[in-house]
Amino acid sequence: MARGTMTDPPNPAARTTEADVADTQAIRARARQRRVQASMARERVRRVTNAVMLGLTGLATLLALIPLVWIIVDVVLLGAPSITPDFLTQSFKPASLGGGGVLHAIVGSLILVGLASVMSIPIGILAAFYVVRNPNTTLGLAVRFGTDVLAGLPSIVVGLFVYTLLVVGRSYSALAGAVALAILMLPIVLRTTEEMLKLVPDSLREGALGLGAPEWKTAFSVLLPAALTGVLTGLMLAVARVSGETAPLLFTALGSNVLSSALNRPIASLPLTLFVYATQPDPIRHAQAWAIALIIMVIVLALNIGARLIARHRAM
Amino acid sequence: MVVTKPLSTKLPTPLVRRMFQHGDVPFKIIIVLATLFTLALVVGVGVMLWLFTSVTRMDLGFSFVTSKTWNPTGSQFGALPFVVGTLITSILALIISVPLGVGIAIFLAELCPARLRAPLGVMVELLAAVPSVVFGLWGIFVFVPTVVKPLGNFLKNAFGTSGDVIDLPLFHGPFYGFSYLAAGAILAVMVLPTIAAISRDVLLAVPGSQREGAFGIGCTRWEAIWQVVLPYGLSGILGAVILGLGRALGETMAVTMVIGNVAQLSGSLLSPGYTMASVIANEWGESSTPAYASALLEIGLLLFIMSVLLNLLARLLVWSVQRRNPQQHA
Repeated sequence: MARGTMTDPPNPAARTTEADVADTQAIRARARQRRVQASMARERVRRVTNAVMLGLTGLATLLALIPLVWIIVDVVLLGAPSITPDFLTQSFKPASLGGGGVLHAIVGSLILVGLASVMSIPIGILAAFYVVRNPNTTLGLAVRFGTDVLAGLPSIVVGLFVYTLLVVGRSYSALAGAVALAILMLPIVLRTTEEMLKLVPDSLREGALGLGAPEWKTAFSVLLPAALTGVLTGLMLAVARVSGETAPLLFTALGSNVLSSALNRPIASLPLTLFVYATQPDPIRHAQAWAIALIIMVIVLALNIGARLIARHRAM
Repeated sequence: MVVTKPLSTKLPTPLVRRMFQHGDVPFKIIIVLATLFTLALVVGVGVMLWLFTSVTRMDLGFSFVTSKTWNPTGSQFGALPFVVGTLITSILALIISVPLGVGIAIFLAELCPARLRAPLGVMVELLAAVPSVVFGLWGIFVFVPTVVKPLGNFLKNAFGTSGDVIDLPLFHGPFYGFSYLAAGAILAVMVLPTIAAISRDVLLAVPGSQREGAFGIGCTRWEAIWQVVLPYGLSGILGAVILGLGRALGETMAVTMVIGNVAQLSGSLLSPGYTMASVIANEWGESSTPAYASALLEIGLLLFIMSVLLNLLARLLVWSVQRRNPQQHA
């Protein structure tokens, strides 16, 4: 370019070419710059989108923790003042006499949940033995799907079912309430036991059978102990789940204001009492409802956290 | 002679004695019975509810679901207001909780430092462990007065008064706090952990090669998640949403305590109403006639059918994802 400009005779055509070249280069340079700028802008948009959206997911996580913390704080602040020795050792009294305590509901809950565990745990574990040994037979597949359906049923539907089964023609009873809770526990017990038994190495089973142990002895003294911590985790989660159940008890255990341990009569429970007290207009009952909520939350959260600690201990 | 005698008596043991010798056959029978019992429960729920609702099923047939008049004292049983109430509250809950839940799943599965993942995950799951009735108590005395009321009043003033720039019938009518809006909002909190936890498991099951490929062609992290990881796990996330919907449909206590409990058909989120589950819980004590009880049981039967169908759909979706890459599923 520099070569010909000075020595060559002025040639209109050549001059135009030179100018053209310069122009073209300038145009190209500008275009390149525009492209670079545009791509930098795109890059910026992408980077900002990236940061904003990733930030939003973090925010969503924080947002989900707010209700948990809020509920726990409220339950502790509003419930703790009402938890007195009298509250835990007395039964129901009319509000004009101070409202009494919730001993009847504590006893009722213990009976209901205890009885439900006694009914559901053996059945769940036995059925899990079957499912683990025969996962792909017709019955195995059917019960695996059935367990999923049972686990997904609204608890109120289970309550209505037990009503038609055990309450119609008889009366509301503690037994019916326990059966309803047992049906809600069964799928949880079955599924966690199944998952845990699956993790036990086959060599353990083969070794026991090879030593001449019968199938049932292998199951109860080799497989179940090997899976014990996991099964225990499942049982704790199942108990936690039904400790707070209210809806199915409306149609089965009904609730009661007297301290009772009879299985053929209505019985109180903590969540049911909480529901009744919360929907009454009396402030004394509201305070008691918060106190019951505190008791339930302590039980449920302790079981949940305990189950997770055991599970982690096992994993390590 | 002396040596062979015990042998000869031992070999031809009768079949029955041999079967029971080690207790294996009884054991097998017992575990099969336990399994059959579990299965019978599922079938039994449907059968018993079907049998006990014959009164209203014979009398009303399909008009039970399509009639909108619920007047038990006049023996008029129309479940439409409750079906609509259940749909309104559940859909509202999903609109709030699906974006949040998927966001949480993305954060926990893709972004969160490994050390924080477990404790944050546990906290989200603990929210699922809070009993429904405690949510209800908190709803009545805390959530509705401090969150739902201001929110509802704002929506009413901004969109619900005739003459506004944007006038939505969704926010018309008187507002006292206890409403579809309150029920939907509290349901959103309750189904959020379900959606978040299952979606997180689905995202964790997406193979790492998918992400590496996306990063390899220059994607940002968000582009990799949005254009590669999420589409890969879409059917699993859909399954999570459906399971969340299943929980929202059947949720009883918390909804009963905040929805206001009025049997009316209303298109406004601010008006009180009933859901299917809450009408059963709330009116059970008053069901004096056989027809009334049968009507409430039939609502339960409808809930049962909806829940079975939803579970079927959700399991199919989640299974389809897990089958695609079984080795990745932790």
